[in-house]
Amino acid sequence: MTDLRLPDLSRVAPVDTVGVDERCARFRSRSIKKDAKIQGLKLTLSMIDLTTLEGADTPGKVRQLCAKAQHLHDRLPDLPNVAAVCVYPTMVAVAREALGDSGINVASVSTAFPSGQAPLQVKLDDTRAAVDAGADEIDMVIARGAFLAGDYQTVFDEIVAVKQACGDAHLKVILETGELGSLDRVKQASVLAIAAGADFIKTSTGKIQPAATMPVTLVMLQVIADHFRKTGRMVGMKPAGGISDAKLALHYLVMVNETLGPAWMNNTWFRFGASSLANDVLMQLVKQQTGHYQSADYFSKD
Amino acid sequence: MSSSNPLAFEQAWQYSPAPESTDHIQLDERYGLFINGEFAPADSGQTFATINPATEKPLAQVADAGESDVDRAVTAAREAYENVWSPMPAAERGKYIFRIARALAERAREFAVIESLDGGKPIRESRDIDIPLASAHFFYYAGWADKLDYAFAGCQPSPLGVAAQVIPWNFPLLMAAWKIAPALAAGNTVVLKPAETTPLTALKLAELCQDVGLPAGVVNIVTGDGDTGAALLGHPGIDKVAFTGSTNVGRQIMRSLAGTGTPYTLELGGKAANIVFEDAPVDQAVEGIVNGIFFNQGHVCCAGSRLLVSEAIAEELLEKLKARIDTLIVGDPLDKNTDIGAINSAAQLARIEQYLDIGRGEGADFWQGANTPPETGYYCRPTLFTNVAQSNRVVQEEIFGPVLTVQTFRTFNEARDKANNTPYGLSGGVWTDKGARIFKMTSELRAGVVWANTFNKFDPTSPFGGYKESGVGREGGLHGLAAYLDLGRGMQS
Repeated sequence: MTDLRLPDLSRVAPVDTVGVDERCARFRSRSIKKDAKIQGLKLTLSMIDLTTLEGADTPGKVRQLCAKAQHLHDRLPDLPNVAAVCVYPTMVAVAREALGDSGINVASVSTAFPSGQAPLQVKLDDTRAAVDAGADEIDMVIARGAFLAGDYQTVFDEIVAVKQACGDAHLKVILETGELGSLDRVKQASVLAIAAGADFIKTSTGKIQPAATMPVTLVMLQVIADHFRKTGRMVGMKPAGGISDAKLALHYLVMVNETLGPAWMNNTWFRFGASSLANDVLMQLVKQQTGHYQSADYFSKD
Repeated sequence: MSSSNPLAFEQAWQYSPAPESTDHIQLDERYGLFINGEFAPADSGQTFATINPATEKPLAQVADAGESDVDRAVTAAREAYENVWSPMPAAERGKYIFRIARALAERAREFAVIESLDGGKPIRESRDIDIPLASAHFFYYAGWADKLDYAFAGCQPSPLGVAAQVIPWNFPLLMAAWKIAPALAAGNTVVLKPAETTPLTALKLAELCQDVGLPAGVVNIVTGDGDTGAALLGHPGIDKVAFTGSTNVGRQIMRSLAGTGTPYTLELGGKAANIVFEDAPVDQAVEGIVNGIFFNQGHVCCAGSRLLVSEAIAEELLEKLKARIDTLIVGDPLDKNTDIGAINSAAQLARIEQYLDIGRGEGADFWQGANTPPETGYYCRPTLFTNVAQSNRVVQEEIFGPVLTVQTFRTFNEARDKANNTPYGLSGGVWTDKGARIFKMTSELRAGVVWANTFNKFDPTSPFGGYKESGVGREGGLHGLAAYLDLGRGMQS
């Protein structure tokens, strides 16, 4: 890990916001119908990190969420499971046990989520605790304060240290793009996180507005593409927060499809961080099968 | 030929067909000439077929206007000018133009589908750009109709009379709007000849003029080929010529009008440079390059057909550009997901393919995207020629297809000189993060329209036109209005 070096962020090519918005409008103008729609909706389900991150979370709540993760809508045959259940470190053991051998991963936020305002040692302990309790994936937050103050080295070193503390667990690095202020900063933070060894980069904690947006996600996907072209290493992407309907999720998939290509079109490399997306996707899938929409009361809410 | 893209988009998630419905449109088997408010066959009885370039099948038979038909049309326009349109209070003229604008917006879907059927352009473009923009031109000029004295302060503007207008096949309805809207707002009447491969939306516009009750003879549409156009522009009864098309024909028109005193505006060819500096927003520049050259299959006079890219980022940019081109969907113009539709005609496809041969013959590196066009219909995959120089014909001549030449440069001056080193001067593009460089380059480019960090953006309020062999005069905005007026004492039009 000693060969990792902070890149010169001043050399990162600028981003033109107007152009990014126009490209996103093109993604949204794609018309996804019939087989492509069903394929996309099922893919979306399989990419969800089903999330609960509340101060009020209890073992009971987490167990119920894990049940939902394994039984999205049993009346529909051939549905995939979600990719992971995402919880606070204190709930990792509960989730681990509830998910058993379902193949669904346990993801844990860490590093004093969501603000990240804690000493490095606390962040590392937080991470190790989650891994020791059985987390397969760690969703860390970057130190936005240090990043905005221009102290990139601190941000970089923290990611490197947390990655080390993760051991075999996959590291997702949350940039909290809603606090970064510009697409140029989003791009620089993405370059920094990937250089520091992130397995995934992730937009948001879900605690700050705006959370994930298509323009922010596009810029991050383009950094991933750049990194792949340069090094051959694939990095995953997770937009999180604010993606709650199926149509929007399909537009995100179009964006991945046309920016990174089919190698990223699976839950190894792309995730949605969402709490309420699954039911809207299920509603659309039922509609595709039966021709009409059912009331929300026919879909379980956990 | 093969794609060099490591991201391998070829096996990407395939979007299911999403064709726009054609159930809601009405096309007749036969269309007459629209003269004096009515449709009538040509005196000769001759017709020609207009073809759907995506299927190679005829859509309708259209009357082929001869000299006597053109004469009837000009006479009708003259009578309408003398007796109805120019005596009418300007506010009333404005109302009619507003009605056309509204009716066009209301029937946008129908016009979009017919435009794509007849011309081959993707429905996404006809729906989102051509038809809304055509309607916007009528709205814009309708507003000026009763404010001409304020548009040109200190002048005494008066209409010219009968405007003879000949338009091309790349933006059939939009070009009709660019021509008709300012002419009518200024108080003129018109005889318009659409291109022979794309007459249908102009004829539908004629129906729309009937529907909104536009007085007979104010707008006349005569269909036919170049002979019809020559008969119209050579008619002694016209007071104004407006032509959009090739530089060669523009030259002939200028020659024939020399000494007649008839005012003219000519929108001709182009070979625009799209200049990308090393500090450009690269990913957005790639998008702008794609929009610059592959918009409307490259059938755009202001297309960014010459890419000039700083040597410092050329390799990276080209890699990204190729990856982006691989994701473009070349196919059925009516499919909502199509990015590049059909080439307008067999003749134009042959012309493009001839240039592809010329480019390869000149030793340029030839690259085409991994796109998969349909088997039938006139299609051309998006094409790059790299390793080319100013001395190559593919760099000098307008190809009017989805073909981009790529040259590198080292300094600002080299980029500017290469950009200006062409007989054309219609448009240009500059990509850089540096505001001062944008202003310096845009003021030193000899081109009528220059875009900064974007490309191919149009608005009715903005004048459009060329330097050098790209044309004479401006369309759009107040400049476009002035071209249809005698401004009296204060200003020359």
